[in-house]
Amino acid sequence: MNDLRKKVQIKELISAERNKNFEEVVIGYSEEEAVSESQRCLNCKNPMCVKGCPVNVPIPDFIEKIKERKFNEAYKIIKTENFLPAVCGRVCPQEKQCEGNCIRNKTGDSVSIGKLERFVSDYYSVNEENTAEKNNKKIAVIGSGPAGITCAGELAVKGYEVTVFEALHIPGGVLSYGIPEFRLPKKIVENEIDKIKNLGVKIITNVIIGKSMTIDDLLYDGYDSVFIGSGAGLPRIMGIPGENLKEIYYANEFLTRVNLMKAYKKDSETPIKIGKTVTVIGGGNVAVDSARTAKRLGAEKVFIVYRREEIPAREEEIIHAREEGIEFILLTSPVKFIGENGFVKAVEMVKTKLLESEKSGKKDFCEIEGSNYLFETDTVIIAAGQTSNPIISSVTPGLKIYGNGKIFADSETNQTSIKKVYAGGDAVTGAATVISAMEAGKKAALAIDKYFKNEPETV
Amino acid sequence: MYRIIKKVILNNDVTMMEIHAPFVSRRCEPGQFIILRVDENGERIPLTITDYNREKETVTIIFQKVGLTTKKLGLKSENDYIQDFAGPLGNPAPINIKNKRVLGIGGGVGIAPLYPQIKKLKEAGCITDVILGGKTGEHIILKNNFSEISDNIYFATDDGSLGEKGFVTDILKKTELSYDLVIAIGPLIMMKSVTDITKKYNIKTNVSLNPIMIDGTGMCGGCRVTVGGKTKFACVDGPDFDGFEVDFKECMERQTVYDEKHICFMGAK
Ligand SMILES: Cc1cc2nc3c(=O)[nH]c(=O)nc-3n(C[C@H](O)[C@H](O)[C@H](O)COP(=O)(O)OP(=O)(O)OC[C@H]3O[C@@H](n4cnc5c(N)ncnc54)[C@H](O)[C@@H]3O)c2cc1C
Ligand SMILES: Cc1cc2nc3c(=O)[nH]c(=O)nc-3n(C[C@H](O)[C@H](O)[C@H](O)COP(=O)(O)OP(=O)(O)OC[C@H]3O[C@@H](n4cnc5c(N)ncnc54)[C@H](O)[C@@H]3O)c2cc1C
Ligand code: SF4
Ligand code: SF4
Ligand code: FES
Repeated sequence: MNDLRKKVQIKELISAERNKNFEEVVIGYSEEEAVSESQRCLNCKNPMCVKGCPVNVPIPDFIEKIKERKFNEAYKIIKTENFLPAVCGRVCPQEKQCEGNCIRNKTGDSVSIGKLERFVSDYYSVNEENTAEKNNKKIAVIGSGPAGITCAGELAVKGYEVTVFEALHIPGGVLSYGIPEFRLPKKIVENEIDKIKNLGVKIITNVIIGKSMTIDDLLYDGYDSVFIGSGAGLPRIMGIPGENLKEIYYANEFLTRVNLMKAYKKDSETPIKIGKTVTVIGGGNVAVDSARTAKRLGAEKVFIVYRREEIPAREEEIIHAREEGIEFILLTSPVKFIGENGFVKAVEMVKTKLLESEKSGKKDFCEIEGSNYLFETDTVIIAAGQTSNPIISSVTPGLKIYGNGKIFADSETNQTSIKKVYAGGDAVTGAATVISAMEAGKKAALAIDKYFKNEPETV
Repeated sequence: MYRIIKKVILNNDVTMMEIHAPFVSRRCEPGQFIILRVDENGERIPLTITDYNREKETVTIIFQKVGLTTKKLGLKSENDYIQDFAGPLGNPAPINIKNKRVLGIGGGVGIAPLYPQIKKLKEAGCITDVILGGKTGEHIILKNNFSEISDNIYFATDDGSLGEKGFVTDILKKTELSYDLVIAIGPLIMMKSVTDITKKYNIKTNVSLNPIMIDGTGMCGGCRVTVGGKTKFACVDGPDFDGFEVDFKECMERQTVYDEKHICFMGAK
């Protein structure tokens, strides 16, 4: 018998080879491996794991079905709470959520909940039909990221007629243009979106709400309610000298060219230019994804420079990045970019230290005077965060915003300051996670449904 | 998919197309642009909306064939389809009818985006003069359209085949320079030269910037330009800017990232 304290190891591509291609790094469990891993679950009476999952997937219940080899039934159980399980199984920060809370985590490895979720989703291939009775209410959803897609799906199965408007030519939001192929194959995203379309959701691409039409137009056109899931698509400008030199990219430009415009393919018509040494500024998932992508495009040396000590990216990806040869330079921050002939040549860095005064519990940092030094590089990718895009808020009178242009939404219902207009996901919270965006989409869908159920009949 | 309703070849390099695009035609205004992809694996390229018809749900684009995408687009015929056509993007041109006397300056295919702005100003009752420049008389597009909406029209060509031999700025220097507003659209070097002159006379000058773009919604930051010492995204903050504030040197540098490829799209100098 295996040591039940240890999880069944997952198969992965070899790091020295995979850092040259865009194939998915994690291969996934076989049926036998999945069943074997499922047997580690204690089917807790009071499952802590579920509390850690923002959408409360009935984790022990679906894992029980894996034990019984009823994989399709396991899928259906997950699907009751989660519209994009194949995505979540791959990208959720499980170590901070479900798995972090798993009782087994105390004495050994947690149950590989994410990997099991992924296994069942990849296994399931039945096309669901939407049997809900139509209720003749029309809903417009803005943005086809996880928030919008979840809201659309939840409403469709309740009988609403849902149309999703997407600014780009491909739906999926960050899942399509941000998270790279080797972590989340675009085929998987397409499949998940096809399932949503199968429920009767209409997705219209190339429509920019706020430009092509306004929220008022949508309501005027007969939509009964609107959900805004427009994400946090606006890179934060660092505002340090030399930022506009050539071969300094914001991560969004870099990743969009590679993912959405498929610059990683040899015959691509939309190439991206990178040098031998690539320096990535930032420490989140965006930074780690940019670094690993640069490596795969042929960079010899790739550095991640982060001003704090602990990288906030997903744990598994930090490990993968190290294996692939990405180097981390911590407690360091750029102060200036230095160019030659208009191209970036070096970054002036300064060392930072964490401040001890932690009243708020949050460690702050400061620059160490006189610790500046020059760091040579051919390319820089800035992944220093993003804020909400103002396209919608700037043309929607009455739509309350806060912070850096984030859309205000009620924390219970996700309703905005405008009646019948809801919002959720990164547009409301600022850059967060796939699952939190989905949670918001779901909450809004429930609130919209409740609103119409309680609405007095109008003539 | 978006149907090509009409195609007119304006000269060897420049083609006009009218596209059925209901979501664009509904709200578009002069100064705005669209982003299109010709086919499945194509790149996204921005083109200015030259004209629109809200009843017919169409918008007109005029493009110069410079690279792969514009060449592929040029190969399409009437009733063919374009894969993606998104917009309108960018801000409408700041059209202020308090400007009584306006001078429009268009260079190369920049003449196309100039057209809707001058048309709108004329409709608003302004006095509109224009200077149009190109390699040869052939290369000056929309001559007839402009003559309908301009009070005075001047031409400058490299070979002297139409109007004056020389640059649009040679003509500009000879005008009375008594305008309330100058709108210059063309190659960066042309717009820079125009502002060098108009600055001396303190005539407000709007220019239209055209950096490489991807999404056109402010998401990627690829289109950034420095205006008034601040980083701006041309797609959402522009594309029209106060010419006196634009850091032309940086714009020109940034346009040459992919130096192997021809990207100085406006053709004429
Ligand atoms: C590179 C990268 C890696 C990440 N990795 C992870 C990870 O491993 N795990 C994790 O949990 N999270 C990760 N995240 C964060 C996560 O992807 C986001 O929090 C999540 O996608 C937010 O979902 P959303 O639906 O709110 O917005 P988005 O996914 O941003 O989708 C918004 C959509 O709305 C569209 N849109 C915007 N404005 C308009 C408009 N005016 N009209 C029409 N459409 C519009 C956009 O084009 C986009 O398609 C990552 C993010 C990035 C960028
Ligand atoms: C707001 C705006 C309005 C415009 N309006 C018009 C118009 O009305 N008529 C018109 O003819 N043109 C217009 N242009 C210019 C037009 O977009 C370009 O001519 C067109 O993109 C050229 O595409 P191409 O593939 O044919 O040419 P190429 O130059 O061969 O290829 C351009 C593509 O190659 C890559 N590339 C090339 N150079 C660079 C670079 N410097 N940085 C990054 N990538 C690069 C990119 O993927 C880019 O999209 C406008 C541009 C903007 C920004
Ligand atoms: S949705 Fe995410 S947090 Fe919830 S169980 Fe699945 S992997 Fe864990
Ligand atoms: S906490 Fe861990 S062991 Fe308990 S039910 Fe959840 S996954 Fe199974
Ligand atoms: S084109 Fe991407 S931000 Fe302007």
